[in-house]
Amino acid sequence: MNIRMLCLTGVLSLAGLSTFPAYADDATTRSARVYDTYCAQCHGANRDGNGINSTAMAVKPRDHTDTKGMGDTPDEELRKAIKSGGGAVNKSVLMPRWDGVLSDAEIDGLVSYLRVVSKSGSK
Amino acid sequence: MRSLSVVFLALLAGLGMADTAMAAGGADVLQQQCSSCHALTKPADASLDRLWERKGPDLYYAGVKFNREWLEAWLQNPTTIRPGGVMYAKAIKASADKTADTIDTGKLTPHVKLGKADSAAAADALMKLGADLNLVQKGAFKNGSPGPMAKMLFSKLRGCSSCHSAKGGDGGRSGPELGDAGSRLQPDFMVAYINNPQKFDPHIWMPTLGLTDADVQKLTGYLLTLKHTEAQ
Ligand code: HEC
Ligand code: HEC
Ligand code: HEC
Repeated sequence: MNIRMLCLTGVLSLAGLSTFPAYADDATTRSARVYDTYCAQCHGANRDGNGINSTAMAVKPRDHTDTKGMGDTPDEELRKAIKSGGGAVNKSVLMPRWDGVLSDAEIDGLVSYLRVVSKSGSK
Repeated sequence: MRSLSVVFLALLAGLGMADTAMAAGGADVLQQQCSSCHALTKPADASLDRLWERKGPDLYYAGVKFNREWLEAWLQNPTTIRPGGVMYAKAIKASADKTADTIDTGKLTPHVKLGKADSAAAADALMKLGADLNLVQKGAFKNGSPGPMAKMLFSKLRGCSSCHSAKGGDGGRSGPELGDAGSRLQPDFMVAYINNPQKFDPHIWMPTLGLTDADVQKLTGYLLTLKHTEAQ
């Protein structure tokens, strides 16, 4: 039973992952795990702003798959928003700060990961 | 006295649960029936992987977190606290049509139910856990009035309701429901947890928000007013 459940979970998560851009390397896989833990609750399993919490929020979480919008946002702003929260980049405070939870290296990893997810180049 | 024991027996028979605590102590109940899912001592493994693999929330600081009365009642009649289970990310069903993700409740299992004697014994044993760990400062909650802004802080200004529901089930679903926080949680624990959730659970997905003490006091005061009553 347990093993069956485990396999099922494995298959499901593989199926889920396949909707995202191909995982190029370990760093991307690690950052995807961090994203699934902390960001997907609001930004969604599909990374498009439709997390389980999104219906309870007055401001919609950013769509991280939006190539144009994400492409127009420089790395520095992404880093600052994740580290110090939406308020630090003149966006909604409903985007929380993560500097008390994530290391600088993990935050840098997320910035690179967002470029993969949005298929936008680093700025 | 006789009618009491009749009620007790009827309860046992009706719910099909066994009481083993009469002879065994609460610590044994925890060890035998709970430790497969719950950490009863501080886990040595503080990795992100553990957060994904554990089967229940940590209980090693239960004695500084819960009110005993709530524990004893909940263990006999457990209700949902975390809408997405112990790790929401494992219960999410990704949306296929640009609406919000949903929780696949089929992935969640109902909590084990204890009989009256076992839950009293388990509650006693749980209340002994964590006092020596220095996680919660006694008197941290200063017991001031929450003030008229407290509810707004929770639902709008500090974004707590993105993840928590407080009343009537509206609110986010990645964090525990707090509609019963006043009955369930100790005020000093709430102050400590809101200030630094990672002190309790190194990778938990509630952010450390860097709130002022004034905000934390008001939020805790507000949460203390939330209680499920018979009437609801
Ligand atoms: C509690 C819900 C919530 C969580 C959790 C959350 N976000 Fe956000 N995020 C938001 C909201 C809401 C916005 C939109 C703010 C706005 O448009 O004013 C946002 C916006 C953003 C932006 C865009 C900032 C900009 O300058 O436009 C980035 C980047 C971002 N989030 C990354 C993340 C990452 C990475 C995580 C996980 C570590 C995360 N978010 C977790 C709610 C959340
Ligand atoms: C099969 C795994 C499993 C077993 C066995 C189990 N629990 Fe749990 N327990 C859970 C899960 C999952 C939750 C979270 C439920 C929720 O939040 O809705 C939970 C929640 C709790 C809570 C509330 C914790 C909190 O932080 O809100 C308490 C108290 C508790 N369990 C005590 C016990 C006791 C006592 C036993 C043994 C008699 C036990 N559990 C056995 C999985 C388990
Ligand atoms: C991004 C989501 C998120 C936000 C925002 C958030 N929380 Fe939490 N909260 C959580 C999670 C997750 C837990 C712990 C779940 C667990 O132990 O399994 C938690 C736990 C708690 C607890 C302890 C309750 C318990 O059962 O362990 C309290 C009290 C609390 N939060 C209050 C707040 C307050 C007040 C705010 C606003 C200042 C807030 N939270 C903002 C996700 C969030």
